[in-house]
Amino acid sequence: MSAPAFRDDQPTSESAPTPDAVLELRGLRKSFGDQEVLRGIDLTVHTHEVIAVIGASGSGKSTLLKTVNLLEGIDDGQILLRGSDISDPRVDVDATRARIGVVFQQFNLFPHMTVLNNVTLASRRVHGIDRAAAEATAQTLLDRIGLGTFAGAYPDRLSGGQQQRVAIARAIASDPELLLLDEVTSALDPQLVGEVLDLVTELKEGGSTILMTTHEMHFARNVADRIVFLHKGEVVEQGAPAEVLDAPQHPALIEFLSRAAH
Amino acid sequence: MTAAVGAPSELEVERRLYRRQRGRRSLIASIASTVVVVAIVYFGVVNTPGWASVQQSFFDPKTAADSFPSILLGLWLNVRILFFAAIGVAVFGTLLAVVRGLQNPVFFPLRMLATGYTDLFRGLPLIIVLYLVGFGIPGLGVFPRLPYAVLGTVAIILTYSSYIAEVLRAGMEAVHPSQRLAARSLGLTHAKTLRLVVLPQALRKVTPALMNDFVSMQKDVGLVSILGAIDAVRSAQIASQETYNFTPYVVAGLLFVVISLPLIRVTDAIARRQQRREQIGGAV
Repeated sequence: MSAPAFRDDQPTSESAPTPDAVLELRGLRKSFGDQEVLRGIDLTVHTHEVIAVIGASGSGKSTLLKTVNLLEGIDDGQILLRGSDISDPRVDVDATRARIGVVFQQFNLFPHMTVLNNVTLASRRVHGIDRAAAEATAQTLLDRIGLGTFAGAYPDRLSGGQQQRVAIARAIASDPELLLLDEVTSALDPQLVGEVLDLVTELKEGGSTILMTTHEMHFARNVADRIVFLHKGEVVEQGAPAEVLDAPQHPALIEFLSRAAH
Repeated sequence: MTAAVGAPSELEVERRLYRRQRGRRSLIASIASTVVVVAIVYFGVVNTPGWASVQQSFFDPKTAADSFPSILLGLWLNVRILFFAAIGVAVFGTLLAVVRGLQNPVFFPLRMLATGYTDLFRGLPLIIVLYLVGFGIPGLGVFPRLPYAVLGTVAIILTYSSYIAEVLRAGMEAVHPSQRLAARSLGLTHAKTLRLVVLPQALRKVTPALMNDFVSMQKDVGLVSILGAIDAVRSAQIASQETYNFTPYVVAGLLFVVISLPLIRVTDAIARRQQRREQIGGAV
């Protein structure tokens, strides 16, 4: 165990949850063997807020998102979703995951299902909505993102950008309280990045609460309300995009940004 | 050649002509060599000193015609056994594969049991399983009057489930872990993830191997004859003992080939289609 992060504004476990917080991370710790990947993360995501987590590879960004969705267990700390502790082992993980939408870097669409079935799977099999209603909702959603004509197609007929948009549709089809986006443009050709970023911008305007990791500094600046810089498993700097990106304080952030600029 | 694409260039016309000529030459060569090989084998066998007596005892048309009805009736039993065995194997084999794939330490004893089972039954010769089940279970005195056909079906299910379980497990492991991750992140339970996401993809990956095992099972149902069930092989045996001629066995053998042919062709077609699809490739 390394020394705890020396932050005096760190909330204690006993304190009441922040009122309009969708997600609240308190002293989150996670190790893989000897490697401590998250060293006491404190982070609050408020309703309708879009937070971009930036940092070098290995800074713990992806692990952070996985722990929030309970795909990765934590070693210490708390994860509060709308005030209730979802890191408690007595919590129903499946029901919790159903409240959180996730989009992966590699899309991870189900190749044996049509686009429509990909998007309606959770509605039908988790939320118990009947097929007709689920399909109607999904079709409206697909029409809105410009993929209505692909409803009956299998994912391998789609371009990378289209697949990622379907993956986003799948994640938001059952109105999650929180959307996690893990490097959603990193696996795309540069000319396909735009269509995905446009969709994320639309989601923000629609009032979605989003926690994302990204390498696209330009995008983070435009769409995020707050940027969080993760360095060696700790939040070393956070704030409005203009503050963090234009007036970085921490030496690691200054170095990171100078590299990202090139 | 469509008008929209436009006429091929002179260079392309010349290339196509060359390919056609080369193709024709290869085809002629392969037909000729096949005919020569078949002819050599045929005349080689026909001209052996004992051919006349072998032909008489294995390929006698009269014996074949006489024994055909009873063998066909016996084959109907094989088909019924095959039908129930296939259902049993599908259910039990899938169950074994799923248990062997359980990650949770709580299921360690169950997983060990399934592993031990597949190890044992893949090693045991089917004929010995048939004896153990066919004569051992009635010996227990609990189900004394169970027909041999039923006991034989049970033995086949026990043996083939262990093979199928291994094939399915390989298929499930070949499904990328990110697929499970995506399914679980939607809130699907472990069981639903297996049923809706992992198993359908696993089945597609191992279809040719499963079909191959099914064809193999199709002929192994003939082994229930050793228990005394009157199937095609047993009927052939009876006919053979009445006529002192082996022709009924050949008839039974050919009938087994005939019922397995459609499936063999379907298996080939599926494997070909899958190969074509994989060669095209895709992002997913």
